[in-house]
Amino acid sequence: PHAGPVENKNEAAMSELVPEPRQKPVVPMKPMGINANLLGYIGIDTIIEQMRKKTMKTGFDFNIMVVGQSGLGKSTLVNTLFKSQVSRKSSGWNREEKIPKTVEIKAIGHVIEEGGVKMKLTVIDTPGFGDQINNENCWEPIEKYINEQYEKFLKEEVNIARKKRIPDTRVHCCLYFISPTGHSLRPLDLEFMKHLSKVVNIIPVIAKADTMTLEEKTEFKQRVRKELEVNGIEFYPQKEFDEDLEDKTENDKIRQESMPFAVVGSDKEYQVNGKRVLGRKTPWGIIEVENLTHCEFALLRDFVIRTHLQDLKEVTHNIHYETYRAKRLNDNGGLPPMTVETEENHESNL
Amino acid sequence: QNDGYRTLSLSGHVGFGSLPDQLVKKSIKQGFCFNILCIGETGSGKSTLINSLFNTNFDDPVSSHFLPSVQLRAQTYELQESDVLLKLTIVNTVGFGDQINKEESYQPIVDYIDAQFEAYLQEELKIKRSLFSYHDTRIHVCLYFISPTGHSLKTLDLLTMKSLDSKVNIIPIIGKADSISKTELQKFKNKIMSELVSNDVQIYQFPTDDETISKINTIMNGHLPFAVVGSTEEVRIGNKMVRARQYPWGIVQVENENHCDFIKLREMLICTNMEDLREQTHARHYELYRRCRLEEMGFRDIGPENKPVSLQEAYEAKRHEFYLELQRKEEEMRQQFVQKVREKEAILKEAEKQVHTKFEHRMLMLQEVKVKLEKNKKVLENEIAMFMEKKANAEVLQSQASVSTPLVSLKRDKDRK
Repeated sequence: PHAGPVENKNEAAMSELVPEPRQKPVVPMKPMGINANLLGYIGIDTIIEQMRKKTMKTGFDFNIMVVGQSGLGKSTLVNTLFKSQVSRKSSGWNREEKIPKTVEIKAIGHVIEEGGVKMKLTVIDTPGFGDQINNENCWEPIEKYINEQYEKFLKEEVNIARKKRIPDTRVHCCLYFISPTGHSLRPLDLEFMKHLSKVVNIIPVIAKADTMTLEEKTEFKQRVRKELEVNGIEFYPQKEFDEDLEDKTENDKIRQESMPFAVVGSDKEYQVNGKRVLGRKTPWGIIEVENLTHCEFALLRDFVIRTHLQDLKEVTHNIHYETYRAKRLNDNGGLPPMTVETEENHESNL
Repeated sequence: QNDGYRTLSLSGHVGFGSLPDQLVKKSIKQGFCFNILCIGETGSGKSTLINSLFNTNFDDPVSSHFLPSVQLRAQTYELQESDVLLKLTIVNTVGFGDQINKEESYQPIVDYIDAQFEAYLQEELKIKRSLFSYHDTRIHVCLYFISPTGHSLKTLDLLTMKSLDSKVNIIPIIGKADSISKTELQKFKNKIMSELVSNDVQIYQFPTDDETISKINTIMNGHLPFAVVGSTEEVRIGNKMVRARQYPWGIVQVENENHCDFIKLREMLICTNMEDLREQTHARHYELYRRCRLEEMGFRDIGPENKPVSLQEAYEAKRHEFYLELQRKEEEMRQQFVQKVREKEAILKEAEKQVHTKFEHRMLMLQEVKVKLEKNKKVLENEIAMFMEKKANAEVLQSQASVSTPLVSLKRDKDRK
C-alpha cells in the first residue's frame, strides 16, 4: 500500500488543507424555482431606485490608460473626453520635457461630478512608449503595471479583515492610439495589442484623424480591422463576452463598422454658426470635434462613457481579474509572491 | 477623503451621469435575489403572512405539531414586477417550539444560516470561481414571529434571537395580532423592546443615514415589533375585495393601518430597505463569518512579529506543512510495511526449516524400512531355496523308492517262502 499525494494539488481550495475543527454544516439542496403570479402591486420594482441611490452615494471609480507614441494627441483627447484638464500635461508638467529613456507609467487622479454622480477618474499615461530607437518589449512595463493593480486588489480581497470597499486601481480601459499613416498597422501596434488584449480591455483609436480624407479613412479602418482579425487580436467589446442577442447585435455593429474610432481632439472653442464648439482652426476651415461628419469623437465618447462604462468595469472585474486571480492561486509557491511597487516609483501629482 | 485627487469642474456635459442607469440596467438583466427566513412556532401565521406580503398563494403545505426536531424547508419562487425579476427564497422553520424538550430547537437554524455563508465562502475561495452568476442563498432577513401572549417574550425567543443576532438581520413580528386589544398591544410592544434591550439582542435597525428615508425609518423603528395579521381570504368591503379576516363581531382588514402594522412591514421590508438588508448581510454578517472562519482555519493577517502576513504566504506555509505531514505519514506507512514483510519472512523461514527436518527424518525412516525389507526378502529367498531343495530331495527319494520297492518286496517274499 502506497499513499499517494493529493491528486490535483493545483485545485485544492484553501479550506481543504486544514482538517475541520468542527463538523461541517450540511448545505441543503438548492431550492427549485417556482413561477408565482402576482395578484397585485407589491413594490419589488422599487429595488431599482434603492440600488440607484446607494450607488450614487458611494460613487464610482474609473481608470483609463492611454498608450501611443508621443505626439499623437493622447493628452488632448483625454482632456476633450472628460471636458477638463485631466491629462498629465495639464497638471503642471512642462511641454518641453524630454522624452523619457524608458516607458514610464504616470497615474493622475481626479474627482469629477455630474448630475449628482461622483466619479474618481484616474488617467494613466505611458510616456516613452514606442519612442526609443529600439522598442523591443516596451509593452512590458505596461503589462507589469496592469498586473500589479490586479495583485493589489487580490491582496486586499484575500485579507481576513477587509475593507468595506476595496480601492479599485485596476485599469478598466486602455485606449491605444494608432498613427494615421493611411497604410496599415505597425509591427509595434500588433505586438502591443497581441500581448495586452489578454489582460485588459483595449479600444484602438486612430489619432489625429483630420489628416485623412473620408475615403482614406474608410479604407484605413477596413484594413486595420482586417489586420486585427487576422492576428487574432480581440479588442473591446470582445465577441466572446456578448451576453445575449441584444448585446451581440449592438456590439457587432460597433465592432464591424465604427471601430477603430477615428478621432480628433481639442480643448479650444471657436464660434461656428453662432454656437461655441470645440474644434481645430485651420486656414481651410474649422474641424468640429463633436460633429459626426467631421470625426468620430462623439461616437467614442458615447461608447466609452455613456453606454459602456459600467460594462468596461464589469469585464475587467469578472473576466480579466478572475483570470489573473486563478493563475496566481494556481502557481504552486515555486515563485515568490509578487512585490508591489512602492509609492515612490509612481508619481502622482498633487 | 480625496487623498491626492484633485477636484475638477467640468466645462461641458460629459455624460457619465448615466452611470447609475448603466449599473441598474445590468442588475435588472441579472435579476435580484432575496432570501427570507421565517422563524416561529407552528401555527403562528408564518405562511399566511408571506402569502399576504407577496400577494400570492405560495402553496405551502400545512405541517403537523408532532415533528421530532426542527427542520428548515426552503422554497424558491420567481416573481416579476414590471422589468424586475426577483428570485425570492422563503425558508420556513418546521416544528419550531413543538418539542417537549426545546434545547435543540435553535441549533438547526444557526447551522442553516452558517451553511449558506459557508457555501458562499467556498465559492469565493475557489480558484476558478463564478461569483457573478452565483445564486446567493444567504439569508437577508429573518422574520421572528412572537406569540401574541400579551405578556412578554418566551425564553426560547430570547435564546434563539440571541444566537442569531450577529448572523442575520432580525425583524421581530407579533403574529396573529388580532387577538390582542389595542391597549394591551402597546404595553406588549414596550415590554418586548425593553426585554430585547436588557438582554442585548441586536435587532435590525432601519437605516437613518439617507435624508430621504431617515425620517420614515426613524418612525418605523419606533413601531417595532410590527403587529401583523395575514389572510388568504378576501372579503368584500364597499366595492372592493380586500384581504381580511371575518369574525362575527367585525372584519379585520389586513391592509388597514388602524387594524395592524402589515402595511408598515411591507413598506419597510420591500419598498424601502430591501437593498440595505442585502448589503448589511454581505458587508457585515458575511464578513464577520468569513473572518471567524478563516481565523479558525489558522490564517492571520498579522504574523508573529506583528508584521503583516499576506494570505498567500500563510496559504503557502500551510500547504508546505500539509505536504510535510503527508510525507511523514507516507514514510511511517513504508516503515510499517517493511516491518511486516520482515516478520512474514521470518515465519516462512522457520516453517521451511521445519519441513526440511521432517523430510530428512522421513528419509531416514524410509531407509530403515528398505533395509528391513531387504533382509526379509533374503530370508524368504533362503527359505524358498531350502524348500526347493527339500522338494527336489523328496522327489529323488520317491523315484528311488519306486525302483527299490520291488526288491524289497522280493526279499520279503523270499523270506516268506
